[in-house]
Amino acid sequence: MDELWSGYLLPGGIIVAQILALLVPLLVIVAFLTLFERKVMAAMQLRLGPNVVGPFGILQPFADALKMIFKETIIPTGANKVIFLAAPMLTFILAMIAWAVIPVGAGLVIANINVGVLYLFAISSLGVYGIVMAGWSSNSRYPFLAALRSASQMVSYEVSMGFIIISVLLCVGSLNLSKIVEAQRTVWFALPLFPMFIIFFISTLAETNRHPFDLPEAESELVAGYQVEYSSMSFGLFMLGEYANMILMCGMTTVLFLGGWLAPYPLPTPVWMGPFWFALKVTLLLFVFIWVRATLPRYRYDQLMRLGWKVFLPFSLAWLVLTAAVLVYFDLAPKTVM
Amino acid sequence: MIVQALAFYLFAAVTVAAGFMVIAARNPVHSVLFLILAFFNAAGLFVLLGAEFLAMILVIVYVGAVAVLFLFVVMMLDINFAELREGFLNYLPIGLVIGGILLVELFLVLGAWAIAPEAAKFASTPTPPVEQIANTHAIGQVLYTKYMFAFQVSGLILLVAMIGAIVLTLRVREGVRKQRISVQVSRTREEAVALRKVEPRQGV
Repeated sequence: MDELWSGYLLPGGIIVAQILALLVPLLVIVAFLTLFERKVMAAMQLRLGPNVVGPFGILQPFADALKMIFKETIIPTGANKVIFLAAPMLTFILAMIAWAVIPVGAGLVIANINVGVLYLFAISSLGVYGIVMAGWSSNSRYPFLAALRSASQMVSYEVSMGFIIISVLLCVGSLNLSKIVEAQRTVWFALPLFPMFIIFFISTLAETNRHPFDLPEAESELVAGYQVEYSSMSFGLFMLGEYANMILMCGMTTVLFLGGWLAPYPLPTPVWMGPFWFALKVTLLLFVFIWVRATLPRYRYDQLMRLGWKVFLPFSLAWLVLTAAVLVYFDLAPKTVM
Repeated sequence: MIVQALAFYLFAAVTVAAGFMVIAARNPVHSVLFLILAFFNAAGLFVLLGAEFLAMILVIVYVGAVAVLFLFVVMMLDINFAELREGFLNYLPIGLVIGGILLVELFLVLGAWAIAPEAAKFASTPTPPVEQIANTHAIGQVLYTKYMFAFQVSGLILLVAMIGAIVLTLRVREGVRKQRISVQVSRTREEAVALRKVEPRQGV
């Protein structure tokens, strides 16, 4: 009995508590990100934005959530039911489980695994399945077009993202996300790898299907793309997953390029300040996400493909070779094993 | 240890079941989705073995890229299922022979370790033990030194395959107006806009 308690129940309980401590704030942040986006966009377009529910419209996300929960889930007759219902769940689950490896502070990570970057890359590359499955199983034209667009778009931009991640890894010598952050104590990688930082950010825009690359849900041509047939909470899960993915991608950019939980000044900071700096950097990146949405028109599809394959891919490949050459020539490459 | 054993049996059972469903499912899209499930569980088995790098690469390469393209193609195909199943008995012997050969080879590989214990030692010598080094480093150490030639050759084969696919599908159509970004961007006001004096009732 004692062994059962110390060997299984206690560690299991601790892990569950850690997961809840991460996911509950995350879901609250996701809810308020929708409000943040509407408020920021409204300010940029000289409107007021939501201001009725609660003071300054602060309770708007809860009103939206309640409305969504109480609506009826409609499954189209021609739809493939299992896949149709599995697709939003998959999108949501993938957006959640990726957070297991993101370090929000020194030692504040659920799973400090050796291949953290690869895990993140793997999970983010799976995001396409939610959209493809939704598009195919809806058995309708617009969602299907969106699924095709999304599949080729996400595969295209992953390639250059992979090269960018490799050039960061060359500077660190480890795939562990905490070690990547620690390696940025002297200088954040956004400075020495500056063009890669920008390309990575743009690629994350494409990877999360955000403006100006939101062709999978282009509302003016595909109505709402892969979400057309979804209603109620199955649509809500897509929304939640999409916004959680945005935060995840911003977190990934923060860890890889903006020094993660490190403070922008070189003084020693208490551990509890780590999540604060992390959240601040992520919020800044999210603001840019919204800023881009309010500013830029949508890309045409051939422009999107050209940017991914003919501009980003050669450039990131060349920069990868350059990074490796500089590291070797000036003998800067990390020596320590593991 | 119980948890690990349970996890192994779970992953293994789902892998085998999903693998069976890949060939048994009536709908090709379902087949691809079961294939993805099988890949996932195989990755789980790799993690249990302590080969987390291989697990992640399996998910990134096969699930994240190859299976997406599979799904992409299968979704767009208009397949006649009855026609597809007609030739089943014709191809059954060939399939059985190939499957049998693979099975025998697997038995030979694994059986060799039981028959000749020194073979197992030979297989595990190139890298230090798992406790001393992360398997990402271990793979890097042998892949880019000892097996450099094989690595380069496999890259070359992939390149040839890629060029072959491009050559097979490339077609040059006449009279297609293409985007020429540099020309379009470097257009000036003088060559793009012309001011004309238009007489009434005459047109340009």
